[in-house]
Amino acid sequence: MLKIEGLAVEREERLLFSGLSVSLSAGEGLHIVGENGAGKTTLLRVLCGLTLQASGSISWCGQDVSVFREEYCSDLLYLGHKNANKTELNCRENLRLALGVLSVSDEAISDALHDAGLGLISHLPTRFLSQGQQRRLSLARLLLTKSKLWILDEPYVALDYKAIDWLDSHLERHLKSGGMLILTSHQTLTLSSKIRVLNLGEQHA
Amino acid sequence: MHKMLWALFSRDMTLFMHRKQDVVTVLGFFLIAVALFPLGISSDPELLRTIAPGAIWIAALFSTVLALDRLFSEDLDDGTLEQQMLMPVPISLMLLVRLIAHWVITSLPIVLLAPIMGLQFGLAFNEIVILTLSLLVGTPILVLLGAIGAALTVGLKSSGGLVTLLLLPLYVPVLILGSSAVSSVMNGADVTAHFSLMGAALIISLVLSPFAVATALKITLD
Repeated sequence: MLKIEGLAVEREERLLFSGLSVSLSAGEGLHIVGENGAGKTTLLRVLCGLTLQASGSISWCGQDVSVFREEYCSDLLYLGHKNANKTELNCRENLRLALGVLSVSDEAISDALHDAGLGLISHLPTRFLSQGQQRRLSLARLLLTKSKLWILDEPYVALDYKAIDWLDSHLERHLKSGGMLILTSHQTLTLSSKIRVLNLGEQHA
Repeated sequence: MHKMLWALFSRDMTLFMHRKQDVVTVLGFFLIAVALFPLGISSDPELLRTIAPGAIWIAALFSTVLALDRLFSEDLDDGTLEQQMLMPVPISLMLLVRLIAHWVITSLPIVLLAPIMGLQFGLAFNEIVILTLSLLVGTPILVLLGAIGAALTVGLKSSGGLVTLLLLPLYVPVLILGSSAVSSVMNGADVTAHFSLMGAALIISLVLSPFAVATALKITLD
């Protein structure tokens, strides 16, 4: 399970937070809150290994993630601010490429796109999609992944009410099936599962 | 793991099928640059034969630099690059696959067009063979070295000029070996030494460049 010990992160010689210790076990969710610039995105990137921490350690199932990077990454799904969709490809092609494996069946992809409300426009190049639709496409990965740890940076941005309910239902399903979830969001979560809140501003003080 | 790497390779091929204009631009640049030499210098067939190896090699070299722009910058902007850095495969191996795909898409067509360019300059059959072989061994070195420059400058605005400045000094040995292999065969000399040195450079860059690119990209994404 995910264990963070004494984590300190600096950006441009400014200490964002230090002494952060959290652990997350199966079926648990963590909602990271904080003011703009508190270091929420940076924390998520550090947890993914994209940004290096100043000190502290992160371990996954008892193994240091910087040493066992590949094992950790195979259990990890990260969705950042950028949707990572290629504008000239259609939804179907984008979803297939994003999964990084070729063995996903066409039906599974169609079902996921339909579920995400993109069934009717799955043949369109994504440059014709609205911001919210692009976000849905990027989130459709959640339906097909087997990753145990989801790290989502502002997943609700640009989504309409229907899509927020849709995303919530999949987050619930993930947590119920023993998955782990870390997300940032400025809005109050409406998930029925209990999710711990970590306030980065308070951490610092 | 090899399945993921194969998926990555076919991803780049799929993207290429949707974006042929990128490659057409590079190839068009190569063809026009080579065609400019006779127009700018002289139409004397003997002189053209003499400058042919250098002209074709210089055009191939600049085409490689031109193509480097599409290697990482777009993937960085749309977030694909950070997703690739999180693939459960060693980053250097992931990058090696991407560089091979990049070479197949942008440099292999140049290698295949080189014989036609050789004919245009009136090269003999054995000279054309050596020219093509020298490009076949040399262009992967250009791509592997170039990727380091592209990775170091990928986050910067208007990085094209900087990449050129960074890379051209590194490209000089490859250019000298490649074009002088063809000149040597014109003079009836042995070209084993040229190919041994280029082969050695290719192996070294194949082994080391992915690690250097990985480090540079980690710094860029940090």
